[in-house]
Amino acid sequence: MTLGAYLPILFLVILSTAFAVLSIVAASKLSPRNWTAAKRTAYESGIVPEHDIERERFPVKFYLVAMLFIIFDIETVFLYPWAVAFEDLKLFGLIEMLAFIAILLAAYVYVWRRGGLEWAE
Amino acid sequence: MPFVPPEIRLAGIAPEMALVVSAFVVLIAGTFARSRVNRVYLPALATIGFGASIYFAVSVWGENELQLSDMIALDGFATFCKISLAVFGLLTVWLGSDYLTRDGIEEPEFYGLVLLAVAGMMLMASAADLIVIFLALETFSIALYVLVGYRRRSIEGQESAMKYFLLGAFSSSFFLLGIALAYGAVGSTNLYGNSENPGLAQFLSESASEATGVLVLATGFLVVGLGFKIAAVPFHMWTPDAYQGAPSPITGFMAAGSKLAGFAALLRLFDASLFALRWEWRPLLIGIAVATMIAGSVLAVVQEDIKRMLAYSSIAHAGFVLTGVIATNDRGISGSLFYLATYGIAVLGGFAVVSILGGKDEHRVRLVDYKGAFYEHPALAGALTLFLLSLAGVPVTSGFVGKLVVFGAAIEAGYSWVVVIGMLTSAIAAFFYLRVLVVMYMQEPDESRPPIPVGRAASTVVALTAVATIILGLFWSPLIGAAEDATFFFVGG
Repeated sequence: MTLGAYLPILFLVILSTAFAVLSIVAASKLSPRNWTAAKRTAYESGIVPEHDIERERFPVKFYLVAMLFIIFDIETVFLYPWAVAFEDLKLFGLIEMLAFIAILLAAYVYVWRRGGLEWAE
Repeated sequence: MPFVPPEIRLAGIAPEMALVVSAFVVLIAGTFARSRVNRVYLPALATIGFGASIYFAVSVWGENELQLSDMIALDGFATFCKISLAVFGLLTVWLGSDYLTRDGIEEPEFYGLVLLAVAGMMLMASAADLIVIFLALETFSIALYVLVGYRRRSIEGQESAMKYFLLGAFSSSFFLLGIALAYGAVGSTNLYGNSENPGLAQFLSESASEATGVLVLATGFLVVGLGFKIAAVPFHMWTPDAYQGAPSPITGFMAAGSKLAGFAALLRLFDASLFALRWEWRPLLIGIAVATMIAGSVLAVVQEDIKRMLAYSSIAHAGFVLTGVIATNDRGISGSLFYLATYGIAVLGGFAVVSILGGKDEHRVRLVDYKGAFYEHPALAGALTLFLLSLAGVPVTSGFVGKLVVFGAAIEAGYSWVVVIGMLTSAIAAFFYLRVLVVMYMQEPDESRPPIPVGRAASTVVALTAVATIILGLFWSPLIGAAEDATFFFVGG
């Protein structure tokens, strides 16, 4: 194997790195900077935070609920296309879907019984 | 266009399915009873699951075909690995039940996760597609990340789980990149492939010279990904910390099962589907094998914690098995399988003794804690002696036969110098195994320590593994014969 064939890729890597570095350096050196109070607020990315969220601690339960939500959200994502293609898939699709739902149901029973759905201790 | 349902035959993954179903049963049943009741029947349920799994695996012994759209290989190799893995899982569950009772950390999740981890490892052994290998890798890795951090109250446990998780995720990304590159080179992720549907082996047999550069690069990345799982140098950094912080039954399970699963994928990938490319990947694996044998043995010498010492010893053993992989002949493959099966039994037994002698919360795992252990617990110390001698490769134990077959295969393939390094590092390794024996037999116990409770299930595990280590050291031919029959899937079989 000759490495000569990869020479264009090397050039591309060098060129793209140089372009990126040059753009950032040029922007930081050349652009004028006039900071005002309005410019320091969150720009089109949500509301102004009420609390000092950087130092506040989140209960880990939020993550747990988000995780469980995704599991059951995915179920719906699969159910819709199955419902559309139900006519073609016939019995095969039904059995596959029942197996899929049974697995999620087992997870649901487990989470319920283990107290994963309870917010207060 | 009418939909044609794919042909589904489940014989190839029936052992895995049995384990997954019993994992669900264990997890759900465990939430309906108190821990006092759970400690009796959850291990029993898991045992039934492993029993069913072994039954399904044994019943397809001798089959040779690809199933589920060529994703699953149903062959002797997979079956041999699956039976070994189920035995490892079974021993772990029994050992774990006593461990959890002693430390008061009984949760149904322990059994569920061990069952799911073994299912992932089994899938690894029969995966005939890079994507399935990755899926299996993640299945058992995620279960193991949780199991390693199972001692939630222990700082060490948390640290080890975090390290194992971060480095494991890192290695998975390497493996994934390797898959992407292999797909780029071949146009398929299948390990075998046929004339209509290309795969790695098919691609290499048709176009030996063209466009293999990218495939060689992919091979390198796949080695990195699997190297992490088998704990080969230089991808071994997580091993001592993870082994030290994990509960001892899980440490033994990782050393036995995780290694076997990683090597199963490695053997199938390199000795079967990338066989035609062996002149490219062999130097790489030889370098790794030599570095692994030397670093594992030398670093183990300076360890003062018995779990860390056994962790470095497991690294060295990965190097010994790699000598069987690089041989790329039939003896190398069957020798590696035999080695991994017997090493797994010995190391599980060793960690069973460590877990019992460690006492509550595993406070006594330093080498100095083993002073005069023989005079306090003659049977356990005797069993540990046997396991350490087997790991050292002393005759009359299974470890000796294992080393004999893998080194023999490497000599047959013309790699005598690798074997010489293996011999020398075995001699270094013997030093630190014997060091434990010296501490146990020739030093007086420190003070009158509180007696250690010895559970019935845990002592059964020690007894079974000790007997197996001796028997396989004396009558090795049935297991070697089975390993020789455990061939890869081959076309036209």
